[in-house]
Amino acid sequence: VFKRFVEIGRVAFISFGPHAGKLVAIVDVIDQNRALVDGPCSGVRRQAMPFKCMQLTDFVLKFPHSARQKCVRLAWEKENINEKWAATRWAKKIEAREKKAKMTDFDRYKVMKAKKMRNRIIKHEMKKLQKMASKKGKKPEKPEKPAKSAKPAKAKKSEKVQKAPKAQK
Amino acid sequence: AGEKKTSEKAPGKKKPSEKKPAEQKAGQKEGGEKKKRVRKHHASRNPVLARGIGRYSRSAMYARKALYKRKYTAPETKIEKKKKEKPRATITKPVGGDKNGGSRVVKIRKMPRYYPTEDVPRKLLSHGKKPFSQHKRRLRASITPGTVLILLTGRHRGKRVVFLKQLDTGLLLVTGPLAINRVPLRRAHQKFVIATSTKVDISGVKIPKHLTDAYFKKKRLRKPKHQEGEIFDTEKEKYELTEQRKTDQKAVDSQVLAQIKKVPQLRGYLRSTFCLSNGVYPHKLVF
Repeated sequence: VFKRFVEIGRVAFISFGPHAGKLVAIVDVIDQNRALVDGPCSGVRRQAMPFKCMQLTDFVLKFPHSARQKCVRLAWEKENINEKWAATRWAKKIEAREKKAKMTDFDRYKVMKAKKMRNRIIKHEMKKLQKMASKKGKKPEKPEKPAKSAKPAKAKKSEKVQKAPKAQK
Repeated sequence: AGEKKTSEKAPGKKKPSEKKPAEQKAGQKEGGEKKKRVRKHHASRNPVLARGIGRYSRSAMYARKALYKRKYTAPETKIEKKKKEKPRATITKPVGGDKNGGSRVVKIRKMPRYYPTEDVPRKLLSHGKKPFSQHKRRLRASITPGTVLILLTGRHRGKRVVFLKQLDTGLLLVTGPLAINRVPLRRAHQKFVIATSTKVDISGVKIPKHLTDAYFKKKRLRKPKHQEGEIFDTEKEKYELTEQRKTDQKAVDSQVLAQIKKVPQLRGYLRSTFCLSNGVYPHKLVF
C-alpha cells in the first residue's frame, strides 16, 4: 500500500516554509515529528525539519545515518538527483504551473490561438474518421487511427505552448 | 591702525599734486587708478567694550561713518526702465455718425461705473494651490512609449491599443492603429487603462508636433443670437471627421504598423479584445 518510506537517504521535496520547492535528503530521524535533513546541492543547510512539510520522492541515496554533509553531497552527485528530478513528471508539472502563472496577456493570446488550431486539427481528423465509418455501413471500426493523428497534433501544440511562454522569457 | 592708513593715503593723494608740472600724466594715471581700485576698507570705527557690545550707538555710528554723504543707488535695470515708460492714458478716435469729421480724445482706462455698497473682503493668503495647468504630471513606470494598453472605458473598451506619448495635460496619446482595431489617434486617461508588459519598438516613429491637447479638445459653438429656442439644436453633437485627422492618422499609423508587423502574431493580438471569463481573476493575472 505504501511505497515511499521515511528512511535514511530518502530524498524529499519541501512543500511549504522558507525552503519551499527545494529537495533535501533525510539524514536522521529526531523524533516522531522531525528529521535531520540536509540539502547540499539545493541550498538547504543541515537542520531539523518537521515531516509535515516534506513530501517523499522516489529517490533514495546511500549513506549511513548522521553522515556529514560531504558524504551526502557525494551520494547526491553520484546519483545525479538534480537531473533525475528535473526529468520526473512531478517537477515538470511544477514548472508548467509556474510558467502558466507568469503568462502575460500576449502569451495568453498566443496559447489561445495554438489551442484553437490544435483543436481544429483534431476535430478535422475525427470528422474524417466518422465520415469513413458511416460510409462503410454499420461496420464497427475500432478507433486505432485517432491515436496516431492525435500524437502529431499534440506534438505541435506542446511545441507552440512551450515556445510561447519561453519566447517571452 | 587708523592713523597709519590715513597717513598712507595722505602722501598718496599729495603725490599727484606735488609732481604736477613734471609728471602730470603719471599723476593722472595714479588718480585714475585709485578711483578704479576698490578703496581699502577702514577698520571698525566702533571699539568693542564686551563681546557684542560696541562703544557707540547706531546714530553715533551713522555720523562717524559719514553715511549721510554716502548714498548709493543700484543701477536702473531694464525692467525698471520699462516700468517707467507709462502706458498710454488716452487715445484719439475719429468721430463718425452725427458729428462726423473731427476727432475726440477718449480715455483708455475709464473710471468704474459702479461701486458696490459693501467691499469684497480680502482673501486670505493660501500656499501651494496651483492651477491645473501648473500641476505636476505623473506617468506610471509600466507605461512607456510603445506599450500595448488595454482601454477600460469609453466606446473602445476592451481594445488593445499602442501608447505613443503623454500630452501636456497628462492624458495619453494612443492609436489603434486604425487599420487594426478602428481606434484612431485618441487621448486616453492613465487611470482607466491597463498597461501590459508587451512593448512595440517605437523609438524610430516621429509623431507630428501639432498633436496636442488643443488639437483633440472637443469644440463647442457659442454664438446665441438672442434666439433661445435654437441653441440646443445648433451645438455640434455629431463628430465630424476632418481631412487633417485622416492625414495625421495615416502618417503615424504607417510608421507604427511597420513595427507591429515585425513581431509575429502581434497584429492579431491587437485586433482581439480583452475579456474576463469564469475562473479568470484580474488580481491574479500577470499583464
